[in-house]
Amino acid sequence: MVAAVSEASMIRPRERAPLVLAALGVLLLIAIVLAIGSGASWLSPGKVIAVLFDAIGWDISPVELRDKAVVLGIRLPRVVQGIMVGAGLALSGTLMQGLFRNPLADPGLIGVSSGAALLAAAGIVFGAPVVVWLALPKTVMPFVLPVAAFLGGLIATLLIHQLARRDGETEIATMLLAGVAVAAICMAGIGYLSFLSDDRQLRDITFWTLGSLGGSTWRSVMAMAAFMAPAVLLAPLLANTLNALILGEREAGHLGIDVERHKKLIIAVSALAVGAAVAASGIIGFVGLVVPHLVRLMLGSDHRYVLPGAALLGASLMLVCDLVARVIVAPAELPIGVVMSALGGPFFLWMLRRRRALSMS
Amino acid sequence: MQRRTFLRTALAAGLGVAALRPAVAAACAANNQRIVSIGGAVTEIVAALDGFCRVIATDTTSLYPRGVFELPRVGYMRTLAAEGIVALNPSLVLASDRSGPEAVLRQIKDSGVDIRLIPDEPKIEAIAPKIVAVGEALGLNAQAATLAKAVEEDVAALRGQVATLKSKPRVLFLLSVARAQPMAGGSDTAADAMIALAGGINAASFNGFKPISAESALDVAPDAVVMMHQTLEAAGGVDAVLSLPAFASSPAAKSRRLIAMDGTYLLGLGPRVAHAGRDLAAALHPEATLSALPARAWAIKS
Repeated sequence: MVAAVSEASMIRPRERAPLVLAALGVLLLIAIVLAIGSGASWLSPGKVIAVLFDAIGWDISPVELRDKAVVLGIRLPRVVQGIMVGAGLALSGTLMQGLFRNPLADPGLIGVSSGAALLAAAGIVFGAPVVVWLALPKTVMPFVLPVAAFLGGLIATLLIHQLARRDGETEIATMLLAGVAVAAICMAGIGYLSFLSDDRQLRDITFWTLGSLGGSTWRSVMAMAAFMAPAVLLAPLLANTLNALILGEREAGHLGIDVERHKKLIIAVSALAVGAAVAASGIIGFVGLVVPHLVRLMLGSDHRYVLPGAALLGASLMLVCDLVARVIVAPAELPIGVVMSALGGPFFLWMLRRRRALSMS
Repeated sequence: MQRRTFLRTALAAGLGVAALRPAVAAACAANNQRIVSIGGAVTEIVAALDGFCRVIATDTTSLYPRGVFELPRVGYMRTLAAEGIVALNPSLVLASDRSGPEAVLRQIKDSGVDIRLIPDEPKIEAIAPKIVAVGEALGLNAQAATLAKAVEEDVAALRGQVATLKSKPRVLFLLSVARAQPMAGGSDTAADAMIALAGGINAASFNGFKPISAESALDVAPDAVVMMHQTLEAAGGVDAVLSLPAFASSPAAKSRRLIAMDGTYLLGLGPRVAHAGRDLAAALHPEATLSALPARAWAIKS
């Protein structure tokens, strides 16, 4: 079956790819419909449609405040946030795997996740005293955590990037090792912060590291979109660079690509996407690792198709996992990182076995 | 007094009124209120005000009365889910002001659900205002005032007795002993408040719940160790804990003084606080005779 799949992907991949992309688009639409239509509270499809039409001014049937609040205030912002987080993480994963030319590469390697986690934990433990010390108004409090997480991701990435520079070139191998070291330092920092924290803060830190799309409001969605949108729009432009990088950095340079500049751009876009996602929803693993692989299985390795495909599939996967997280233990909610890891772990093992089987045959 | 409570409960169970909630007295005026109660102390107070039959769901920190185990759970107090709570169609959500996340509380409010935050500090003095706040939300102001007054009287009576005690033992409260690493309760915790109420000195000098090293524990030399039933079993029992290097040569080990109490009863900081405090004081001061507090309908151990 594996042989058949690789043969099929060799037969006219260019003709297949747009169809597969269209199918992924349809999948996302179905996921959106499912996510808006289902949840912990039972709302009939008629009621959901009535609320949606009411929002754009069409009054089909009377809508109750509660139904409106659930669909427009709870589910819809959550769906939008899920799409952006899913697409951003998947794109970032694809960029990283292209940059490192390693299928096991993950956005966490450049230090974004650990840096974000460290400053988020610091925000949880020290947020209140710092706000008081800087004499900022109380309304700033809800933004302390996302801003801290985003800054942490950015600082960690810049630090690692600087460490990996030599003679104006970015050494990927050094970057990987620097990433490992920075991650270790951040883990130590988080450990110490956990020690300093009181019971409440400790639980907050723990639950943040498990990731959740809960508590998404339109305000948090807009804040995240400001950072995520440029990343999602810039990523497809890097498709040609990534295709060339498959051959190797020197070869890509021979093809006329300004490799250094593009490497910096890849790192920046990835950090931006992951930083925004982590700041909004905590640490959600596996999307950056799993989705690019699934997409490459379907679409081949041409990044002009893989990048948009990853964005679509990442968004769908996030919505489906979030739906499971919301419904399976209702009225409580599972952290989405738990659902992702439960799906991603076995998949990763399967993937490893398949790679071994392929390399042996 | 205890026999009367037993008879009332038996009668209620027989009538099938309290069939779902056997540990609560039958006097619960059910009305069309549908309450979601979030926070262990909040739920205990609602039950003490005879409002438990109106509760439709609780959070995972609500462990008393027993009836909570038959109700759906809305998750952990700090990580609530908005849609889940709204889906239960409650008429009132009573939440400890330590619940979160804030965005979720706001979403619940925006859905048109009446949500009241109850002030919830880990201090003995904060219990009476808590009771009054819950009573106000339930429309049971008079009952709440009576309950608050009774609790305050009991606490004052206990404090009066404890003040006359000669010994002030050094007490170490252990939240858990995982892999021989004890987690002790320092200042600003419910454990600290209860130790002070029971006439002891908290031997842990730090803030909050922190792991304590074996050397520090030896240094601290507690006269008594207090643990919760639940974690004592997990740690292997009294002998297992007292034979740890941290405690083996402590005065507590020499006089084999490890006091185990039900976690919710001891640390709940709800209406049962005075009775829990008295039980702890009696265990900490075995040489003294403390007179019993008046038996109250809500003060059952578990």
